[in-house]
Amino acid sequence: MALMRITSPHAHNKQSTSDVMKLVLLATLPGVLALTVAFGWGTLINILLASIFGLALEALALAARKRPIAFYLKDYSALVTAVLLGIALPPYSAWWILLTGMFFSIIVAKQLYGGLGYNPFNPAMVGYVVLLISFPIQMTVWAAPIELLPASVSVPNLWDSLLIALGFMQFPSVDGFTMATPLDLLRQNNALMIDDLKQQYSQFGQWGGTGWEWVSLGFLVGGLYLLYRKIFTWHAPISMLLALALMSALFYDGGSSASSGSPPFQLLTGAAIFGAFFIVTDPVSSAVSNKGRIIYGAGIGILIFLIRKWGNYPDAVAFAVLLMNFAAPLIDHYTQPTTYGHSKKSKS
Amino acid sequence: MNKIWDFHGGIHPLENKTQSLTKAIVTAPIAPQLTLPLSQHIGAPAKPIVQVGDQVLKGQCIAEAVGPVSVPLHAPTSGTVIAIEQRTIPHASGLEDNCIVIEANGNDEWRTRNPITDYTQLDKNTLIKIISHAGISGMGGAGFPTSIKLNTRDDIAIDTLILNATECEPYITSDHSLMREYADEIANGVAILAKIIKPTKILFGIEDNKLDVVDGISAALAQHDFAALTGLATEAEVITFPTKYPSGGEKQLIQILTGKEVPSGGLPAQLGIVCQNIGTAVAIHNAVCLDEPLISRITTVTGDAVNQPCNYHVLLGTPVEFLLAQSDYQKNQSARLIMGGPMMGFALANTAVPIVKTTNCILAPTEEELPTPPPAQACIRCGMCAEACPASLLPQQLYWFAQGKELDKLEEHNIADCIECGACSYVCPSNIPLVQYYRASKVDIRQRKVDHQNAELAKERFDARQERLQRLEDEKIAARKARQAAAKLAAEQRGKEDVKNAAVEAAVERVKAKKAKGVQESPAAKESENQANIIATESDDPIARAVAKRAAQLAEDAANPENKLIRAIDSAKQRVSKSQTRVVDAEANNDENLAIFKQAAEKAEAKLASAQQALIDFRAQSSAQE
Amino acid sequence: MIELISQHPFIAALLALLMLGLVFGATLGFGAVKFAVDGDPIVDQINAILPQTQCGQCGYPGCKPYAEAIANGDAINKCPPGGEAGIHELANLLDVEPIALDDEHGVEDIKKVAYIREDECIGCTKCIQACPIDAILGAAKLMHTVIVSECTGCDLCVEPCPVDCIDMIPVATGTRAWKWEIPDRDPSHNANIIVTDNTNNQNGHAA
Repeated sequence: MALMRITSPHAHNKQSTSDVMKLVLLATLPGVLALTVAFGWGTLINILLASIFGLALEALALAARKRPIAFYLKDYSALVTAVLLGIALPPYSAWWILLTGMFFSIIVAKQLYGGLGYNPFNPAMVGYVVLLISFPIQMTVWAAPIELLPASVSVPNLWDSLLIALGFMQFPSVDGFTMATPLDLLRQNNALMIDDLKQQYSQFGQWGGTGWEWVSLGFLVGGLYLLYRKIFTWHAPISMLLALALMSALFYDGGSSASSGSPPFQLLTGAAIFGAFFIVTDPVSSAVSNKGRIIYGAGIGILIFLIRKWGNYPDAVAFAVLLMNFAAPLIDHYTQPTTYGHSKKSKS
Repeated sequence: MNKIWDFHGGIHPLENKTQSLTKAIVTAPIAPQLTLPLSQHIGAPAKPIVQVGDQVLKGQCIAEAVGPVSVPLHAPTSGTVIAIEQRTIPHASGLEDNCIVIEANGNDEWRTRNPITDYTQLDKNTLIKIISHAGISGMGGAGFPTSIKLNTRDDIAIDTLILNATECEPYITSDHSLMREYADEIANGVAILAKIIKPTKILFGIEDNKLDVVDGISAALAQHDFAALTGLATEAEVITFPTKYPSGGEKQLIQILTGKEVPSGGLPAQLGIVCQNIGTAVAIHNAVCLDEPLISRITTVTGDAVNQPCNYHVLLGTPVEFLLAQSDYQKNQSARLIMGGPMMGFALANTAVPIVKTTNCILAPTEEELPTPPPAQACIRCGMCAEACPASLLPQQLYWFAQGKELDKLEEHNIADCIECGACSYVCPSNIPLVQYYRASKVDIRQRKVDHQNAELAKERFDARQERLQRLEDEKIAARKARQAAAKLAAEQRGKEDVKNAAVEAAVERVKAKKAKGVQESPAAKESENQANIIATESDDPIARAVAKRAAQLAEDAANPENKLIRAIDSAKQRVSKSQTRVVDAEANNDENLAIFKQAAEKAEAKLASAQQALIDFRAQSSAQE
Repeated sequence: MIELISQHPFIAALLALLMLGLVFGATLGFGAVKFAVDGDPIVDQINAILPQTQCGQCGYPGCKPYAEAIANGDAINKCPPGGEAGIHELANLLDVEPIALDDEHGVEDIKKVAYIREDECIGCTKCIQACPIDAILGAAKLMHTVIVSECTGCDLCVEPCPVDCIDMIPVATGTRAWKWEIPDRDPSHNANIIVTDNTNNQNGHAA
C-alpha cells in the first residue's frame, strides 16, 4: 500500500456529524412516543410527511446548487430539521402546512444561506414561525389529549390519520377532537385564579398540562441522554430552563389571575423542555463558547417567559430562539475565551 | 506535595502504550549505512567538516555548528563518509536536504573519550560548552538547541527546573522505558542541569499512567544532594497528575505544575522556569560524565503493522526501514508510516529516511487502527474543538478565517498561540483537517510579514534612488544657472581686468580654440588649464570657481574626441569577439541560449559598425573644418 | 435697527442664516487649516499594501503612482506581484469586492530574483540604471552583481542588458520555506464545483 502523506493528527475520536445527527434523532424517540400516546398518531404522521418533504427539498436544493446530493443527504441534518418541525407542529397538520413549513426551513432558512453550518437561524424554528404567522388558525388548533376525549369521539387510527393529514378525510368531530392547550387557556382567561382554571378545564394536569407532562418528561429523557453522550454541553439548555424557572418564580404570586403559573407549570407545559434540549442546543445558530451559551440560553428562557406572559402568542420558544439567534454573533464577540498566554496571570 | 493545576480543554485518546512496553529496551544493530541530515534541530544547519572518503570514528564531530542557534553533528559509528548530498529527510514535506552519509565499518570504534570525573567542580559556562559541543538539542520533539535554553540571562533568576516526563501522546513509550531503565542517568542529568541553572525547585512531571516508574525515579533523585549543587535550598519532587493530552506540551506542563501561563510570544524563562525533556537529561549525562555526544536515542517502534513493537536504543541516521525490519514490519498492512505520535507526528514519504535526534516514535498503524479520514463535512459550529483546545482558542472561528484567508482576523484571534496539538481535529465530528488550515495560515502570516518588510525596504531604496536622481537633476540645473549668471557677471566685469579673470579667460579662450581645431592637447594648454584650475580653486569667488571648473571639463572633453571614439571602437571590437566566441562555444555545447548569444553578437557588431562610422564622420568633419 | 429686525421676520431670518453661515464657515476654515493632513493618507495606505517591486506591470511608473491611480478609482487587480493576497488586502482597505487578477498585466508567479551570469557581464551599467531600487552593484567596465536580499524580482534589468546575461531564477525553496497548503475542499466537490465558489471563498464549503 502506498504511504499516505496527510497532516496530523492521524487519530480521530471516530464520531462524525452524521453520528451526532443520528443520536439526536434517536433521542427524540421517548418524546415522540409520549406525544403519540397522549395525542394519537398525528405527530408520527407529521414527522413522516415532513421527512419526505424535507429530504426531497434538500435534494432539490443541492441539485440546483450543483452539490453532490448523496454526500450531503447523508449528514442527516435535513432529517433532523424535519423531525423537529414535525414534533413542533400540531398533530394532524395538513400536508400543505408541512410542505410550506419544510420549504421555509430547508430552502429559505438553510440552503439559501449556504447549507448546513451557514444558517444564522434555526431552520425548524423559521419554518414554524412562518407557519404560525401565516396560518394562525391551523397552527393553534391542537388535538385534545386522548384521555380527555369524550367517549363518543374515537381516536383515528394510523391510516385514517394519514388520510386526515393528506386532506382526504375530516377530523371525526372538530369540536370534540381539538382543545385549547393549557397555555392558550392561561392566556385567554385573565379573570380566573389558576386553581379555578384547573378545576374548570381538564387540560390542566398535576403539574403542567394533561399529557404534556409526559411529553416533556420524554424529551427530558432524550435530552439527558444526549447530554450524557456529550453531544452538547449543559450550558445552553440548563441556563434556559433555569432562566425560565426563575422568571416564573419571580412573577408567580401563588396563583392569581395575573399569574402565569408556577415554575413547574411553565417548565412542563408547551415546548419548554423540547426546546431546551432539541432547539436551543442546535449548534449552528447558537453562540459558540460555553460562556456564550449560558447567556444565549438564559436569553431564550427570559424571552419565553416575557412572550408567554405579555406577548400575543401562547407559546414562545420559536420566537425566543430566533430572537437569540440574532444575538448569537454579538454574544460570541463578547464572550471570546482568553487565549492561553493572554490572561492577566501571564502578564504580571 | 506540590499543588497541581488543570489546563483548559484536552482530550483522552486511546493510549495504546502497553504494546511497546512488554519488552525491555532493545539495542538495535548497526545499519550498514547511516544518513545524517545536517539540520536535525531548530536553527541554522550544521556545516560539514569532513569530506567524502574520510574515515571517521564513533563520536567524531562531522559537522560543526554555524552561528549561535545551531548544534554540531557527530558520527554515530566508525566508518567512511561515502556521500555528502541531498537525501530525503524526515520532514512533513518529504523534501530532500543535505545529509552526510556514513558507511559503517562494523568496528564501532570510539574516538578518544575524556570523561569528566567530577562535574561539580565545573562552572556553568564549561558545562554549557560541553553540552553545546555534544550536539544536544531538545529530544522531546521540537529540537531546540539545549545549550541555548540553558544559557539563561543573568538578570532573570530561574527558580524552577521542570523535567518533562509526561509523554502524553498515545503509542509513544520511549520516555517511559527510559525512566524504567535509566533512572540513575536521568537523575544524574538532572543534577547537572541543577548545577547549571541553580533552581530552588525541581519539579519532575509524570502523567499518572506511568506510576510504575515513580518510585525508581524518586529513589534515583534522592541520591543527589541538590541543595549542595545549587547552594540553595533546592529540593526535587516527582509530581504525578491525571493523564490528559496534551499535558506534555511545555506550556501546558508549566500550567499544570505551577499554575502560571507563559506569556504569548514569550519564553518560560520569563517566568523563571526552564523545562527540559528527560531524554535530554540523559543526553546531558552522557555528554558530561561519559564524553559521549548525542549519537543515539530511544525510539519506540509500534503500531499494528509491526509484529514486535518495542523500544530501541538506536543510532541516529539509522534508516526507518532498517529499524522496522527489526520489529517484523508488515509492509502490506501498513497504510501510513508516522514519525512521532498519532497526534502530532508526520507521515513519512518513504521508509528510507533516517532516525534523527527528535524521533521518539515510528508508528506503523493499520488502516483499521488509524483509518483514512473521510471527506470533510460542513462545520456545524458544535464547539467541541473550542472545548478541546488547550490554548483556549476558537478553532472553528480560525477555520472560518483560514478558509477566507483573512490573515488579520486570524492574528486577532491569536492563531500564533496555537500549538498544533491536533485536539481540535481529533474531536471534530465533521473531520475537518483544522490543524492543516492553521499550519498553512501561520506560514502565510509569516510570509506576509516578510513580504511587508521587504516591500518597506524596497520602498526605502526606491525613494532613496528617486531622491538621488532628483538631486542630480537639481545639481545640473543649479550648475546651468550658475553658468549663466557667471557669463552675465563676466560680461559686466569685462572692463576691469584683473589677473585672475585674465588667466581664466585665457584658459577658456585656448580651450575654445582647441575645440575648434580638434587637435591633441598640448602641454602648454594643459599647464594653463591647470593654472586656471589652481587660480579658480584659490579664488574666493564661487562663480569664478564654477566657471573655471566647467572650462576645465570642456577642455578635457574637447581635447579627446577622437580618442574617445577610438576607445569606443576598441571596446566594441572586444565585445564582438567575445560574443562571437560565446556563439562558437554555445554551438559546440549545443547550448539552449544559442539564439540569444547570436542576437547579442549581432547587436555588438552593429554597435561596432556605428562606432566606426562615428569616427569616420568625425574625421571627415574635422578635416573639412581644417 | 433691532426694531427693524424684529419688525421684519424675513430680514431676521436672513441675518440669522448669514450669521450661521459665517460661524460655520469660520469653523470649517479653521479646521481645514488646523487639522490639515499632509499627503494623501489613503494613497499611503494603498502604497503600503503594494509590494513595492516598482516593476511597472500595472502600467504605472512605480508603485506609488499606481497607488495614486487606485485612490482615484483605478482597478485594484493590476498588480501581479501582489497577487491574490494583495488584491484581498486592497479590497479590505477600500471596502470593495475582491476581483480576480487582471491577466493583461501578467500572472501571479513564484518569487524570483535576478541573477547576473558574472563572467558574461561586460560592465555596461545599463542594468544598474534600470534597477528601480539600486539593488545592483557594479561600476563601468567592471562586473555587476545583484544584491539578492534586496532584489524584488521586478525583471526590469533583464531587458536592457546588451548581452542577455541576467536570468530571473526562482528563490530557493527548502524544507524551511515549505508549507502545508490550505486543504482541498471536500473532494466530492471537485467535479462539479459551482462558479461562485471561485470568487467567494467564504461560501465555498457549503452544504
